[in-house]
Amino acid sequence: MALSEKAGKLIAVIGDEDTCVGFLLGGIGELNKNRHPNFLVVDKNTTVGDITDRFHDFVKRSDIDIILINQVYAEMIRHVLDTHTTPIPAVLEIPSKDHPYDPTKDSILRRARGMFSSEDFR
Amino acid sequence: MSGKDKINVFPSRGAQSMMKTRLKGAQKGHSLLKKKADALQMRFRLILKKIIETKVLMGEVMKEASFSLAEAKFATGDFNQSVLQNVTKAQIKVRSRKDNVAGVNLPVFESYQDGSDTYELAGLARGGQQLAKLKKNFQKAITLLVELASLQTSFVTLDEAIKITNRRVNAIEHVIIPKIERTLAYIVSELDELEREEFYRLKKIQDKKKRLRKIKEAAEAALKAKGIAVESQPASILEESHDEDLLF
Repeated sequence: MALSEKAGKLIAVIGDEDTCVGFLLGGIGELNKNRHPNFLVVDKNTTVGDITDRFHDFVKRSDIDIILINQVYAEMIRHVLDTHTTPIPAVLEIPSKDHPYDPTKDSILRRARGMFSSEDFR
Repeated sequence: MSGKDKINVFPSRGAQSMMKTRLKGAQKGHSLLKKKADALQMRFRLILKKIIETKVLMGEVMKEASFSLAEAKFATGDFNQSVLQNVTKAQIKVRSRKDNVAGVNLPVFESYQDGSDTYELAGLARGGQQLAKLKKNFQKAITLLVELASLQTSFVTLDEAIKITNRRVNAIEHVIIPKIERTLAYIVSELDELEREEFYRLKKIQDKKKRLRKIKEAAEAALKAKGIAVESQPASILEESHDEDLLF
């Protein structure tokens, strides 16, 4: 167990097909021994419940240190993200192909706002 | 100034010196914690600035990566499913180490390459160049995102730590130190009171003794006048066998 603790942790992705494919080509995809992938491809048939469940799974898994999530889907499960306060795994909101990044929606940046003037955000 | 907002001690010299030491300790602790809070705050500002910079940079890098994905798709045709189905082992992994800032452990993530590329043969038929570019772009994005993740975790951890430290600083400043000061004032006033009482008691005893001696001397003088010489021995402290206790 100690050996696996030492070993590198994974990056998980929740995103649309293109985002997932991109990051998989970048080389972060892994199937664990139960053949659970560390990514979730969200398409039009995926419900908010599915995303929430998978997000909870990723948070519970001890071999995941960083969770990347498209901001569109982060918006859908904002209430879940806001309750996730522990530093590890870190949840990172990333822009997707069709939705540009909006800093004002980011959970972390929302907390940061008020400490910095608005010019710093551009 | 009720008994509630001071420490429950018996007002004595010992308790007073103990309280003085505690006050010193509290003041020292307060200044140290204040320094810690300042150090954390400084680091926090630094990280915040970096986060904002990196987030902006991330937008550009992701845009570039998405664009190269479109390029590769144009050259190769749709390869989404073959990529999604061929997942085996992660090539890029993250390891974390701890960075210590004023006693707060901040996790710092580092990405590293581990094992070979699963999609080595992807794009062998056509579009190999575009795919290579795509991979490179996404790896760049991953490196940036890992950096951003460590900044973000540091941000969350530091935020928490700063809150706790500030709470402690305020507690010491506004609760503990005033409490000790009130206790000290109480002890001092109580000791003064005792001293005044003691002083008054001594005065009273002296007074009473003086009066008794006067009566005695008057009696002796009367006897002497009558001729019965009672040669009283010169008063000696050593011989005086019994000194009556005085009670009030």
